[in-house]
Amino acid sequence: MEYDVIVIGGGLVGSSIAYGLSKQKLKTLVLDGGDQSFRASRGNFGLVWVQGKGWNYAPYARWCQQAADLWPEFNQELQDVSSATLDYQRTGGFHFCLDETEWEQRQKMLAAVNRHTEGQFEYDMIDRIRLKKMIPQISNKVIGGSFSGQDGHVDPLALLHALFTGMNQQGVDYLASQSVNLIERRDNGYLVKTNKGMFSSEKLVLCAGLGNQKLGPMVGLEVPVIVERGQVMITERMKPFLEWPTLHVRQTGAGTIQIGDSHEDVGFNDGTDPYVLKKIAQRAVSMFPFLESVKVVRAWGALRILTPDHNPIYQQSSAYPGAFAVTCHSGVTLAAAHAGPVANWISGKDQPSDINQFSADRFNV
Amino acid sequence: MFKLIDKGIPLTVEIILDGKAELVPENITVAAAALFCGLESVRKTPVSGSNRLPLCMMGVCYECLMKINGQANQRGCQILVKPGMVIERQSGAAELESGYETEV
Repeated sequence: MEYDVIVIGGGLVGSSIAYGLSKQKLKTLVLDGGDQSFRASRGNFGLVWVQGKGWNYAPYARWCQQAADLWPEFNQELQDVSSATLDYQRTGGFHFCLDETEWEQRQKMLAAVNRHTEGQFEYDMIDRIRLKKMIPQISNKVIGGSFSGQDGHVDPLALLHALFTGMNQQGVDYLASQSVNLIERRDNGYLVKTNKGMFSSEKLVLCAGLGNQKLGPMVGLEVPVIVERGQVMITERMKPFLEWPTLHVRQTGAGTIQIGDSHEDVGFNDGTDPYVLKKIAQRAVSMFPFLESVKVVRAWGALRILTPDHNPIYQQSSAYPGAFAVTCHSGVTLAAAHAGPVANWISGKDQPSDINQFSADRFNV
Repeated sequence: MFKLIDKGIPLTVEIILDGKAELVPENITVAAAALFCGLESVRKTPVSGSNRLPLCMMGVCYECLMKINGQANQRGCQILVKPGMVIERQSGAAELESGYETEV
């Protein structure tokens, strides 16, 4: 075998796992797509987020909590590796509520996450008066919000860059513009045929995002994915005004304000749409009226990779041992878990306690 | 450093550039006026604080961001000078517009 592991997909998920595997001294190859691929990792919002996640699925709540708790150390490690800042901050984060119904729903959701994590997830419902003291620019239309000190944000492109630097330093081989045509079982390992060549390895990890749906059946895995577009925009640089990231508005380390997002069913189209962008901007202005006078400099769309229940899939194929699939839409938050516990699991060490709860078999009941 | 090609062009527009009254030709951009008047920088960058001058002169590079008539982050190369225009160098990122804060 040429490699211990081949990772198919070089986005945040694939590069986190490959980086983690290389730290286990496994000889690793990343087969990445090309410029025409749908690149969720280059279009996301950059939240390292816990609040609300897994409110209807306890294992996911615990998993996000664990990943977010691994982040401070992970950030330090990547900063050392790349000699660059990732602009990671765990300041805590807000979700704003515009009416009583939203407030009550939010409260129920976060209480569930708190129960699922046996109290590890902590949050606070902040009324309008307290909120106004913390964020003077907030609109009076906002009646309050939820805050969790466990949330944070990061520069997602700097994260991807640091992971690539780390992979490179650890001796991971990386090939771009690869399109996988066929995967075959071969001598207790796998042979991967792409448009450019053939590569063999003992283990295989599918991290191809939307591509996992096509690749999964080649190794006996059903990986159902749903594609959903999100659009975001970014403004000119402004003096710091918002210390905390929020679900829809965050100020980056460089001063730009990132504004999101949308949830659209438009198929494999990662373009932008002025009507949707207008709605996104209007919501942001309803939260922060001063944004009305701030200029937007760029907007883009990206495709989320969701599963039918929006929770991730981590699964080793029972028919093809050593072949794994990883599919999730929180490649930023979960990066620390992918480089750590998930890479350990794939390399044959400890299995994360809840990992069986993330098998795609849950969709076939 | 920058001189007019046509020395005969009259200097008819008075602007206030970085606090100083200056005469410049009409129909030139703010960025061109800043270069014509010999400004050593038009802004300091928000991240590292380094000094910058206009570069592309066609609206793409955003190096010529200045405060024009009180409004920050204006691309000087996309705006023509007008009599009485107040043009200031910009230091770092734009300030938030005031007047939006509301009482609880």
